[in-house]
Amino acid sequence: MSIALSAATEARWQKILDAYPEGRKRSAVIPMLIFAQDETGIITRELMEEIARRAEVDYLQVEEVVGFYSMLRKQPLGKYHVQVCTNISCMLAGGMELWHHACESLHLKNKQTSADGLISIEEVECMGACSWAPAVEVNYDFHHHVTPERFDEIILELKGKG
Amino acid sequence: MATTTAPPTVINAKLNGQDIQTKPGTLLINLTKELGIEVPAFCYYEGFSLQAACRMCLVQVNSSPKLLPGCTTIVTEGMVIETESPLVVEARKSMLEFLLTNHPLDCPVCDKGGECELQDMVFKYGAGESRFVDIKHHEPERPFSPVVYYDPARCILCYRCVRVCDEGYGVNALGVVNRGVLSEIAPNRGDQLNCDECGACIDICPVGALTSNTYRYKTRPWEMKHVGTTCAHCSNGCKTTLGVRNDEIMRANNRDSSGLNEEFLCIKGRFGFDFNHHPDRLQSPMLRIDGDLQPVSWSKALAAVAAKFNEVKAAGGKFGIVASNRTSNEENYYLQKFARTGLGTNNIDHARTGDVVTLVDALSGKQGKLATMADLYQTKAALVIGSDLAQQHPLLAYELRRNWRHHQARIYAMTPGPVREDKYAAATARVAFGEEIAALEGWREQLAKEPELLILFGDSIKGASLRQLVDFGESLGIPVKYVALVDYANSRGAIDMGLVPELHPGFVPSGQPGLTLPEMLDDSQLDVLWVVGANPLANRSQANPKAFVVVQDLFLTATAARADVVFPAASAYEKKGTVTNVTGEVQRLTAAVKTMGTKTDLEIFGLLGKEMGLELGIWSPDAVFNEIRQNVRGYNVTMPILATGGAAPTTPVNGKVNVETRSDLVHSAGDTLFTSGSMTKYSQVLNTVAERPGQLYKPV
Amino acid sequence: MFNPPSPHEVKILTRRFGVQNSHTIDASLAHQGYDGLKKAIAMGADAVINEIKASALRGRGGAGFPTGMKWSFIPRTSPKPKYIVCNADESEPGTCKDRLLIQNDPHSLIEGIAIAGFTMNSNRGYIYVRGEYRYLIYILETAIAEAYKHNLLGQNILGTGWNFDLFVHSGAGAYECGEESALLNSLEGKRGTPRLKPPFPATHGLYQSPTLLNNVESFCAVTHIIRDGAADFAKHGPEKSGGTRLMCISGHVQRPGVYEMPLSTTLPFLINEVGGGLRPGRTLKAVQPGGSSSPILLPEECNVGLDFDSLAKAGTMAGSGGIVVLDDTADIVAYALRIIRFYQHESCGWCIPCREGTTWLKKILERLNQGEGTMKDVDLVGELAKNMFGRTFCALGDAAAWPTGSIVKKFRGEFETKLAAVQARQVPAELVNIG
Ligand SMILES: Cc1cc2nc3c(=O)[nH]c(=O)nc-3n(C[C@H](O)[C@H](O)[C@H](O)COP(=O)(O)O)c2cc1C
Ligand code: SF4
Ligand code: SF4
Ligand code: SF4
Ligand code: FES
Repeated sequence: MSIALSAATEARWQKILDAYPEGRKRSAVIPMLIFAQDETGIITRELMEEIARRAEVDYLQVEEVVGFYSMLRKQPLGKYHVQVCTNISCMLAGGMELWHHACESLHLKNKQTSADGLISIEEVECMGACSWAPAVEVNYDFHHHVTPERFDEIILELKGKG
Repeated sequence: MATTTAPPTVINAKLNGQDIQTKPGTLLINLTKELGIEVPAFCYYEGFSLQAACRMCLVQVNSSPKLLPGCTTIVTEGMVIETESPLVVEARKSMLEFLLTNHPLDCPVCDKGGECELQDMVFKYGAGESRFVDIKHHEPERPFSPVVYYDPARCILCYRCVRVCDEGYGVNALGVVNRGVLSEIAPNRGDQLNCDECGACIDICPVGALTSNTYRYKTRPWEMKHVGTTCAHCSNGCKTTLGVRNDEIMRANNRDSSGLNEEFLCIKGRFGFDFNHHPDRLQSPMLRIDGDLQPVSWSKALAAVAAKFNEVKAAGGKFGIVASNRTSNEENYYLQKFARTGLGTNNIDHARTGDVVTLVDALSGKQGKLATMADLYQTKAALVIGSDLAQQHPLLAYELRRNWRHHQARIYAMTPGPVREDKYAAATARVAFGEEIAALEGWREQLAKEPELLILFGDSIKGASLRQLVDFGESLGIPVKYVALVDYANSRGAIDMGLVPELHPGFVPSGQPGLTLPEMLDDSQLDVLWVVGANPLANRSQANPKAFVVVQDLFLTATAARADVVFPAASAYEKKGTVTNVTGEVQRLTAAVKTMGTKTDLEIFGLLGKEMGLELGIWSPDAVFNEIRQNVRGYNVTMPILATGGAAPTTPVNGKVNVETRSDLVHSAGDTLFTSGSMTKYSQVLNTVAERPGQLYKPV
Repeated sequence: MFNPPSPHEVKILTRRFGVQNSHTIDASLAHQGYDGLKKAIAMGADAVINEIKASALRGRGGAGFPTGMKWSFIPRTSPKPKYIVCNADESEPGTCKDRLLIQNDPHSLIEGIAIAGFTMNSNRGYIYVRGEYRYLIYILETAIAEAYKHNLLGQNILGTGWNFDLFVHSGAGAYECGEESALLNSLEGKRGTPRLKPPFPATHGLYQSPTLLNNVESFCAVTHIIRDGAADFAKHGPEKSGGTRLMCISGHVQRPGVYEMPLSTTLPFLINEVGGGLRPGRTLKAVQPGGSSSPILLPEECNVGLDFDSLAKAGTMAGSGGIVVLDDTADIVAYALRIIRFYQHESCGWCIPCREGTTWLKKILERLNQGEGTMKDVDLVGELAKNMFGRTFCALGDAAAWPTGSIVKKFRGEFETKLAAVQARQVPAELVNIG
């Protein structure tokens, strides 16, 4: 095997592969990709090839989905990926200003990562927090009613955790 | 209670105000096509899965408030269809307008210019002056392989290429990556292709997004003359249309779908014409003088050979004649006549690649037993024995796959290794060469339940085992047809024209003994070895090194290099005549180009016969073909079919051949998609693709 | 974290939300959890479907298709496997209710899916959860494991001899995968492009087999409908839009939040009484009553019921229940741009009018928002939206064109004002981009 994953990810892969009927392993491709990416931070060619092997599909069939789904990425992002929603509900509640604040305070542009690799930011589409806007998701953790001040605190906490 | 009503056999509808009738289940777009009403479409392509993605074919139908795509709408009883209403015309125009927002509009330099479907549609339906003033998304053009180039800016995402590769060729080497407006076509190895390199994707692309490197930027469609002929490579006999400019073949394709292969071509047919212009082509006769082959005039070379032949003939010496798997029927017929009546010898043979003789003998007395190409698409079931069809008989593989896709034909594959048919076969078995007949018993029950069967078999089935195969087939109790797989463009014609010592043309026993090909080479008494379009000394020497060797060929092959006289021959693309494909269908060769200094083999025979003072008859292709039609059983084919570039089936021989044929001499050269016998070396394309001979090639 | 409840709510689907550890099976069982499933088993499949029909439940995913009718389309006796698929891809801007339901009461969803499984004689179900809702995947997995332990999933469920396995499947970021056929492609491991219909998922869904696909909230509603009877649910809405729904109110109201309200609720009541009204001194500019895909309503059009048919009559739609309120501070040009940016980003690319149309619209609106262009460009936006509408392969194209067309039509004046203002340099450049 050309790629070494943690036991936890391996176990997750196995669980995923077991979830589909006989001969339908292709169904596992997208969940396998996203759970592996949580560990590797990036989807490499080796990872795609490994998944193609495990799910018994062609490499191209993996490649085809990677570019389709916006959470899957071939470029590395920060350890903490800070996603700021600017879609309509958030925008009406100050999401756009929050996003500009994020860019300016962190000196980062969309999908850029801080020099130390800790933090990256992304302007994202609605993530299901519209009634508690504006919303930010750090990796998979939601933050609601985020003001610029609250945003700075969140960043400080992340930096503190390292 | 409700009475059961029979399903309707005819559907009544109204199209643009006219009452029309059609079959149940007819797609609206096909109905309009039948009636000669154009409904434009990019993504719809007959025979492949439906996409409804381009939205060009939207039409108005009374049953729906929305416009409906003609490509997926089935015509139903009472439907009122409008294809030219103002709403429809406006929708069409707006689709084109959308499409052009991201199109570079570089028609003046695009290869497809002049035959681009987008250009045609804009011309016909107009998109007005563009209201699009913003910046276009642009990605650079990139090579997918040495033959396939992709320009994403021109791509309209009709997915035709993806479907022809997956559904048509069974390769599935193209996919779509990214999302939305950034979507692109991508090759299966990330940035490059590992595939059949057939170029079908290029041909099917409605715009200039996929182009061929062999043709790119070299010429424009209207600068070429287009010549329909038959592919020079394998036995499947695809029709191909050569685009010719200044006596050079620029491209080959089959966009008019006129031949038995419809649109199919493989890499050899589409790109492998390049051997024709290889710098090593022989352009002058050569005579061995003082130990070296030196260019001489035609008259000098012909005189030298005629003198030698007459001398050996007069002295009762021994001739050995090695004929070709690629020369035309006319040439083959004339050559055997030359040998038998002109030189008085029966020592004529060729490299036999399939045991057609035993098959014909085993089937004697039975009608309709030899399958034609059309049968491959129609048969309910087919059994492939001992051949990797997709590699060795790509058209046959394509037709079977098409049959499975369209008619759910059941395919049985019995081969030594994995084959492409495995993916959709009803049954597969891995069986070593020579063990097939025994293994077949395991399938007897299942095969006997099929309504009919078509059996294709390779060179492992010959002689006794072929008779056993026929016994097996005939004992199934269902109609069975057969195809003996042979290698090259006119391998079948070589047998039919009697290029073996035991048979005269038309499977008539020659009744006289004669030397077979290995016997000639092994004969230390042989005086003359005359080789026409073959390379028997590629890997061996002759028992009599002093024999006088005459070679007719395109290139200085190993055999030609050993010759005393070499005649530069014209290629299949440079001559008129006919060839017979693996399924026994006769097709036409048309001279598309000429290479300076060469002559066709037929001309060489004629001139040589004349020089020798023989009376062998007129050597024009038409005259010889007439003689063939009169003299060769099965070849009295319908001329109009042939004249229009069609394939005329030869009627199978009915009657015992009654001859001991040398089945043991049957050997397929085992060519793949990327080889073509001795010609492989001279095709640059075959040697530059990543899948070139010797490289690992695994189609997915 | 979330909003406090409103006294106006009718808590059926959200009835367990206040219960401690409401996400656990113990809490669920203590509050009639899985009684609906037991009742369904006792009633039998036909009765279940009739009950759902009687409840007048309409799909909560967006299209509002009558759920009972959908259930009756599934060929239950087909020899092919039958699949139950739950759409938890919740991605429609303005919508955040499925998330709450799963987080607070995953067992009511599992129960609803199990009822469907039993009814359809299915042995396998999938919950397709959008990738961003990872924590819900873990909640669901835990809840499913609990249900297996209590023999409410798995083999020989409750001694019936019926087996049903339920799995959670993660998406990876694609709005289009909320569209049912794209979801099925995605669940099969493919690109999330929609499929040709017909054939419909009911007969040719997951793995080309009969498939029942419903939204999270629809399944949750089934649980309660079966347990308490159709009438108890139906009575909260008009005849053809039965029951309550989780209404997500967001934007310029004082108490944005998700509230379970009867479908007989009117829009003014929701904004003023439930949502706390506009901020002091502000006036209403517009409302999108059914998520970002719904045509916008002017204040004078807002006196309307929130049920499916009333909103349809008002020229818009109830959609996924996301009600977005804009007051007079909202920049409608920037708003229109934000909507089209979303659809352009999410267009799957399959068909020309959506792929190219959203891109073109985005480019024009970007310019207009910068104050560049003329009123001709505004008209062009309207024309392009018209040219897209009803002509795309799936409803995403409509969802992009419909609100956009309605905005330029109803707010032409705002575009004019913005263009004039920017062109007269009356608006400071840094404010141009802000909504
Ligand atoms: C572009 C698009 C996105 C959609 N997104 C969702 C979604 O996120 N969640 C959902 O339940 N339905 C969504 N739908 C609706 C589904 O196609 C489908 O109608 C619904 O899930 C069926 O469930 P229901 O009948 O219970 O509403 C979407 C539809 C479209 C066209
Ligand atoms: S096999 Fe290669 S050349 Fe042929 S259609 Fe597929 S991608 Fe194109
Ligand atoms: S490359 Fe050509 S055939 Fe393929 S999708 Fe693009 S336009 Fe269609
Ligand atoms: S409308 Fe067309 S491009 Fe848009 S999401 Fe649907 S299929 Fe894809
Ligand atoms: S609009 Fe930001 S979470 Fe929905």
